[in-house]
Amino acid sequence: MKKTMLVLMTTVLALTLAACGSKNDANSGGAEGASLSGSILAAGSTAMQPLVEQVSQKFMAESEYSGVTVQVQGGGSGTGLTQVSEGQADIGNSDIFAGEKFTDADADKGKELIDHQVAVVAMATVVNKNIAIDDLSKQQLVDIFTGKVTNWSEVGGADEKIVIVNRPSSSGTRKTFEKYGLGTKSEDLPGNIQEDSSGTVKKLVGETPGAIGYLALSYLDDSVKTLKLDGVEATPDNVKTGEYPIWAYQHMYTKGEPNEVVKAFLDYMVSDDIQKTDVTDLGYISINDMQVTRDEAGTITKK
Amino acid sequence: MRMSNKTADRVATAVFYFFAFLIILILAGLIGFILYRGLSHISFGFLTSPPQTFKVGGGIGPQLFNSLFLLVLTMIITVPLGIGAGIYMAEYARPGRFTDFIRLVVEVLSSFPSIVVGLFGLLVFVNYFGLKFSLLAGALALTVFNLPLMVRITEQGIRGVPREQKEAGLALGLTRWKTIVKIMLPVALPTILTGTILAAGRVFGEAAALLFTAGMSSPRLDFTDWNPFSPVSPLNPLRPAETLAVHIWKINSEGIAPDAAQIAAGASAVLILTVLLFNLGSRWLGRFLYRKLTASR
Amino acid sequence: MKATLDPARPGSEGAEPTSRAEASSEPRAEASPASAAPSGGTPPRPTARRKSRSGGEWFGKTYTLICVAVLIVTIFSIVYFVASKGLSTFFVNGVSLKEFLFGTKWAPDGEPQSFGALPFITGSFVTSILAACISAPLAFCAAIFMTELMPKFGKRVMQPVIELLAGIPSVVYGFVGLTVIVPFFRAIFPGQGLGLAAGAVVLSIMILPTITTIATDAMSNLPRGLKEGSYALGATRWQTISRSILPAVIPSMLTGVVLGIARAFGEALAVQMVIGNAPHIPSSLFESASTLTSVITLSMGNTIMGQVQNNVLWSLALVLLVMTFVFVAIVRVLERRSLR
Repeated sequence: MKKTMLVLMTTVLALTLAACGSKNDANSGGAEGASLSGSILAAGSTAMQPLVEQVSQKFMAESEYSGVTVQVQGGGSGTGLTQVSEGQADIGNSDIFAGEKFTDADADKGKELIDHQVAVVAMATVVNKNIAIDDLSKQQLVDIFTGKVTNWSEVGGADEKIVIVNRPSSSGTRKTFEKYGLGTKSEDLPGNIQEDSSGTVKKLVGETPGAIGYLALSYLDDSVKTLKLDGVEATPDNVKTGEYPIWAYQHMYTKGEPNEVVKAFLDYMVSDDIQKTDVTDLGYISINDMQVTRDEAGTITKK
Repeated sequence: MRMSNKTADRVATAVFYFFAFLIILILAGLIGFILYRGLSHISFGFLTSPPQTFKVGGGIGPQLFNSLFLLVLTMIITVPLGIGAGIYMAEYARPGRFTDFIRLVVEVLSSFPSIVVGLFGLLVFVNYFGLKFSLLAGALALTVFNLPLMVRITEQGIRGVPREQKEAGLALGLTRWKTIVKIMLPVALPTILTGTILAAGRVFGEAAALLFTAGMSSPRLDFTDWNPFSPVSPLNPLRPAETLAVHIWKINSEGIAPDAAQIAAGASAVLILTVLLFNLGSRWLGRFLYRKLTASR
Repeated sequence: MKATLDPARPGSEGAEPTSRAEASSEPRAEASPASAAPSGGTPPRPTARRKSRSGGEWFGKTYTLICVAVLIVTIFSIVYFVASKGLSTFFVNGVSLKEFLFGTKWAPDGEPQSFGALPFITGSFVTSILAACISAPLAFCAAIFMTELMPKFGKRVMQPVIELLAGIPSVVYGFVGLTVIVPFFRAIFPGQGLGLAAGAVVLSIMILPTITTIATDAMSNLPRGLKEGSYALGATRWQTISRSILPAVIPSMLTGVVLGIARAFGEALAVQMVIGNAPHIPSSLFESASTLTSVITLSMGNTIMGQVQNNVLWSLALVLLVMTFVFVAIVRVLERRSLR
């Protein structure tokens, strides 16, 4: 028995040592010749996770980067930014500008982070299929999400109570929708539903009569009905020209300038090959196709 | 009008039968529902292939492996500690304030909400110890729940050992520790083992604490690389790992693969089956060991 | 060191039994590394044996004490870390405790910010108490069934079934709740199906095993005389159950109910999936609401450590922690009372 315990304890010890061992060889951006080696940890936005995971697998499969290991973590934009700012992760994935998260006393921490925009995500307003409307003006949308309008008949639909499926107030998706779609904060109205995950939002909007919510384009399918905003359809083309306003950058933040390995990965991420295939396959809009740019304050400039 | 006693008795008995069968029905319905939705999706390929981000046909291979490996890691940490503390409680502790205090500690620890333990893990293991999101951080967080259970199980097991056996050991001149390790522990083993497996089943299904500690992603694993130091090795305890329960949570919330719902259903079914297996396994093993030990002695 | 710790035990006392033990358990002695090491001459053997004996005892005591110490360190560090984070909302960010505990407006990202957590505290209490109200009668029936009506079937089928209920992961409960209970409620009650009622139903199934196990234990530990006396007096089964058994097990039932509430209070994922998550005190059971755990799961990942939006979530976790202590205290009081 004692022996067994000893064995167990040595195993634990060995594992701990293994832990220390593998930590040492992380991030050793080897610059010998053309082949890079090292490891990258990217953490953050769960919505971006599929994209970054997908690209990282391709990246690691390339022969010149075979020595590099990329680990992708979820945890949410906030966690990603926290971890990159504290040096635990090499890249912090965020669906929102870091400046909007680091406020007040922590604003300096946000400024240390360098923004790499790797894709654009657009969001569409979706409603339950029983709703006969297919277009809402911005003002109508604001009225609905601030609780001024509570029945579909007031915006030209049938007599039915409006059920709002919102996101929690901390959500980056909600901030994007409020900032570029509504232009104002939405209210946490009594009785509305809040879900953080797109999958659940889609399911609930699809099932609940009279429901309205918003989803990234990649989640849209025929279980929900997509609405136009001010007559403009939420399509990639309309986003590229800047006609459709509800979109946001997908950011990958590094603390200071990225090292060689991280830079290689970020460059790979925005390369045409990836942007034309994986990025668009996953329902994002290629960053290279955007004809407009937008800064943190929301000012749009033509490229 | 008052019911006669006999009628009241009949009605009451009927009510009890009704509710008892209702409970069985609920459970049968629950398991049936999950299996019905999931079983058709389970295949060898599903159990062994890696998940797909946006294509049909993803599997749960790495997740299944992670769940099992995490369980093993947790047990490696928990079992020696839990058995040790349990022995202390059963044999060395003298009635008094300190013992009462430890009992309180065990009780409180076992009733901490898993999410609080997860957050603690995020703060201390992931950030403070710098383990990042990793299997080890997850295993440590799971240890927090599992440890009090192990302590109780061991204490019960040791206390259940007949006095004569303990006294025989002491009479042979063995020290207390020797008596415990060589005589009492083997006798208590069936109880401890059964309890441990049941506890393991619970670890298997835990998700809330792991969201914040073991992470929600499964990096590329090379199942031919068994060197625990290599970052792509499945055995590396410092790699992030998504377990089956966390995977179900993730797929339900963010999955964009077209067959996400089927995968979630399939994974749920696998999870239930595994827990079922743990339960049956512990029963069978308990009975088997009991028979074997009682027959040989 | 080992030898000095156990100075010269009188050899005559242990000599004879030791040699007997040696003869009977030769392979076992081999397993112990300390006694197996020196197997050369004749004189070292007894010394080695004595060394391992006293050493074993020393080792055992220290080892088990260390294990206990780990438990204590764990609990203190959990309390310390959660409290230090959770309290910084009040000390660093200057949120008033009164606003936090009794405020009803939750808008950590609003202008102006407000941090009233009362809706979540209410939500947690209502769902978990409601869950216990649904679960306790069911558990009582199940326990009566297993101990009084059909003990054999109860042991063979019912108990494993209920243990299995305890083993089903909470994610799966949430999944089933969202696909079965929510649409069901939406169809027959006003509202969207999500809400306190859906949360309570899911929780009630999750805590059923806890209460049932305790009730069953209490019933099978009742003195035989109690029941037999009642039957001897000509009472029917129902009279026996309602007048003799029920009063006798009520204290244990209460303990079970409190433990069940405690478990429901801390349950996160399953509840979050079915409750709707509006940060308000709902006006009906079928309206979207929140619990402490659901807010934490929803927002933790979206906020940045050190910011007030994040700290306030730790304060919610601290409330959960404090409630755990309260529940344990209640259970202790109940147990002490039932012992008397």
